[in-house]
Amino acid sequence: MERAALLERLTSRRAPIVWRTATVREIVPETVQGRTIVLVVPGWPGHRAGQHVDVRLTAEDGYQAQRSYSIASAPESPELSLTVVVFEDGEVSPYLVEELQVGDEFEVRGPVGGYFTWRVQDGGPLLLVAGGSGLVPLMAMLRHHAAQKSDIPARLLVSARSIDDVLYREELASLAGHDGVEVTFTLTREQPEGWTGASRRVDVEMLRAIGLSPTDHPKIFVCGPTAFVESVADRLVELGHDPASVHAERFGPTGE
Amino acid sequence: MPPITRGFHGRRRRDIDPARIPPGQYVVEDFPVLSAGPTPRTPLEQWSFSVGGAVDAPSSWGWEDLLALPAETFTVDIHCVTKWSKLDTSWTGVSVDTLLDGVGTQTGYVSAWCDGGYTTNLPLADLTGGRAWVVYRFNGLPLHPEHGGPVRLLVPHLYFWKSAKWVRGLTLTATDEPGFWEAAGYHNRGDPWKEQRYWND
Repeated sequence: MERAALLERLTSRRAPIVWRTATVREIVPETVQGRTIVLVVPGWPGHRAGQHVDVRLTAEDGYQAQRSYSIASAPESPELSLTVVVFEDGEVSPYLVEELQVGDEFEVRGPVGGYFTWRVQDGGPLLLVAGGSGLVPLMAMLRHHAAQKSDIPARLLVSARSIDDVLYREELASLAGHDGVEVTFTLTREQPEGWTGASRRVDVEMLRAIGLSPTDHPKIFVCGPTAFVESVADRLVELGHDPASVHAERFGPTGE
Repeated sequence: MPPITRGFHGRRRRDIDPARIPPGQYVVEDFPVLSAGPTPRTPLEQWSFSVGGAVDAPSSWGWEDLLALPAETFTVDIHCVTKWSKLDTSWTGVSVDTLLDGVGTQTGYVSAWCDGGYTTNLPLADLTGGRAWVVYRFNGLPLHPEHGGPVRLLVPHLYFWKSAKWVRGLTLTATDEPGFWEAAGYHNRGDPWKEQRYWND
């Protein structure tokens, strides 16, 4: 690793990662199964797009449960937003999506993760590939891109089961086509009438059609379920992208 | 006192001895995958495992050499810093004691290095005394590339990022050199029973 990058990583960890009380200021429905939770966190040290937080819930009898969630808001946002999609059989996500109300409190600590991050000064172009709720940390990057009025080319490919499963639909529509941002969707299970976009799983052809080739040296971020990320990362390497340029974040089981 | 989260009751696992679960962890039945980049795939005929750095006698083993070393099959619990724990996982591999036998060193630090560029640092003491292995079988089957195959390090008494996937060697170092996640804000040692997740824990 270059010395400057290492030094930066070492100094960026100076803010201690401690539990802080978060209060729910607002809840924004996103999809049937997902919502954005807007939090006020006194003392929050700030974050980089792509990072996540640990969430800790405490029941009345003292029982606690911890999980990690990606940060959806841009570093420039005064509040900290998490977007949570229900995991079937989950212990924490059903509470956060179905039960949590404005004014409720829980604890967060972070930001966590110094690798799957992007700032405008890191440069581009940006190639972002999202599977389902893997869009959340990539959205933080696009929001940061917009807040900085950057014109760094950014291509986002979103794979979702149906149009109703796509998070931040309206905001993505408003970002697309400006300041170098282009957004492409593929809907793998169900397509609305008249859909002219892709309707298959992400493949080499689709990644090629996005238009950033290995010679553009894009900074690549892939986030989604394990099988999705495994497949997309393999296809990107097949296309000739440098494996070291492919930042991956996987969640969920392997299906094995 | 942490704030009570109104309406949260949680779901306790009555079927699991709580003494087996480190603080802040929850038990999963599947086997989640966490890695920072694409899964590397090195052909076995090009694969080797080395012990080098500050040692008197560096060593290296090819794939067949490794399989010829005395193997152990054992069952342990594993704990990932992202909160999941998986109980009773069965592995087959070679004890790090066996690999370090006769190399001779004066230092107390190790950097494990891997295909794909990943590194993680450990005190030598955490790799010796029958507590660490390089493993190539999981639940009786060859270790899948997603889970670090052909060979990963296994140090089950520390958080699982120390159990480096796709491991290719151990470098004994004169000083403690933070690895990939250790330089990115994670704890230098990572003892799950002390909940050493991040650098200041």
